[in-house]
Amino acid sequence: MAAASSSSPGELRSMLKISNLVKSYGSDKPVLRNLDLTVPERSVVSIIGASGAGKSTLLRCINRLVEPTSGDIELNGVNLTRLQGRELRTARRRIGMIFQSFNLVDRLTVMENVLSGRLGYVSFFRAAFRRFPQEDIDRAFHFMERVGIAHYANKRADELSGGERQRVGVVRALMQGPEILLADEPTASLDPKTSEQIMALLRSLSEELALPVLINIHNVAEAKEYTDRIVGMRFGRIIFDGAPSTLDQAAMDQIYAGVPAEDRLADGAGVQVLKVASS
Amino acid sequence: MTTETVRRWRKPPFIRNPVLRYGLLVGSIAYVWWGLSTLPFDWPRIQEGLPRAIRMMQGAFPPSFERSNLLINGFVESIQIAVLATVVGVLISIPVAFMASRNLAPRPVYLAGRAIIILARSFHPVIVAILFVKAVGFGPLAGILTLVVYSLGFVAKLLAERIEEIDWGQVEAMKAAGAGYFTTLIYAVFPQIMPRQIGLSIYQLDSNLRASAVVGVVGAGGIGATLMNAFKRYDYDFAFAITLLIIGVILLSEAFSGYVRRKLS
Repeated sequence: MAAASSSSPGELRSMLKISNLVKSYGSDKPVLRNLDLTVPERSVVSIIGASGAGKSTLLRCINRLVEPTSGDIELNGVNLTRLQGRELRTARRRIGMIFQSFNLVDRLTVMENVLSGRLGYVSFFRAAFRRFPQEDIDRAFHFMERVGIAHYANKRADELSGGERQRVGVVRALMQGPEILLADEPTASLDPKTSEQIMALLRSLSEELALPVLINIHNVAEAKEYTDRIVGMRFGRIIFDGAPSTLDQAAMDQIYAGVPAEDRLADGAGVQVLKVASS
Repeated sequence: MTTETVRRWRKPPFIRNPVLRYGLLVGSIAYVWWGLSTLPFDWPRIQEGLPRAIRMMQGAFPPSFERSNLLINGFVESIQIAVLATVVGVLISIPVAFMASRNLAPRPVYLAGRAIIILARSFHPVIVAILFVKAVGFGPLAGILTLVVYSLGFVAKLLAERIEEIDWGQVEAMKAAGAGYFTTLIYAVFPQIMPRQIGLSIYQLDSNLRASAVVGVVGAGGIGATLMNAFKRYDYDFAFAITLLIIGVILLSEAFSGYVRRKLS
């Protein structure tokens, strides 16, 4: 009885296509069970679900930070699951990733962090001696100006505030010239206001650059406000997939069943505000 | 109010098992007793030795800096040995540390790296120096080789421990951007271990300077060799001068190394 109305991706060019994806660690119960998901271009999809539902594993299977056990992941016609070595790195540079804890190299400057998004393109020596091509530097300044951090170029990354650090993370991902953005709880370490700014940024970048964006998120209110489509996961399966307006109380109960009731607060307008300890 | 029984609390003993606890105590006392009663504490010999020691001290006063040429040459050589050994040892220790890090190296490489470290650390520098003096003859070369081994063992071990503690998220971010193995090392690992690397190198330089005086005694060159020769020729005043200078140089190098490492952190 799980609501599973799809957002009819038929008329758009399909960008990311996941079919029958399984991931299990050792002999434990699988974390992802025969999961199917198609994401067309220019769409912002949020993935919600309780901690341990497999959201993070799903994102990390796409760029192979986690090795899928079986199944296929296709990005613009390239099957990512079987790539090795150089081919895998070439595929990875087309997949931008944004992390919950930003994962910036603290002791390097903002500019070096931003340029590290080009590491899949430049040679080892160019990278080691920071001799990046001029067009990379132009591109870096362009994106840094776009998100308002250009004046920090020579500051050390650990001197920035959380929201600024996540902007660096976003620019680093954009530097890759990505065909898709994966954001693993990009706002979970940020205060509510900064968190909304980052969500709005991701939303508008998706439109500007015609990028599909996949966002793991715990904040259902933000998911509803900033994304076109919500995918609800539970125990490694997708049990809800639809427009934010179709995510009703019954669907929420399905997705978060087992989450203590006092952790779920419904406000007057019927908008679900959800707080779950981040994984 | 209900009547409550008084709840007592005592700190739990360090060793919970009473048999083990008292057994260890009795065992230790018995061992010390046995050790003291069987060791040949020869009081007459100690009594004879004391005046000889006093005569030596008298011979040492005042310290003689007359042969300052030998003194300076010895120190210059010791410092050369220490600096060269530190540079070479640290350079070799970096790849070994990467090999010996569980999170970066595949299992067989990890084991090989650990084996190198264990081997380099298993003997005291003096024993290593004796081996090298036998192998390459008296002189500073044996000293350098000894201290390279000593530096390698120490720096590689501590650096590997630091590498195993790095924030893995930064590595993941570089991988996710499509960076290759060595580029990932340069960007995500080096910046994280750099402060420790510099601190360790400076500490090792200080430590090598000290050790170079010791290994010199067994023939591996430097001021240690000068000191040994002075003793052999009963030049106690010169030996005392050397000792004073060793203390001075070590104090200086320790102050310098401490200052630099404080600046870094």
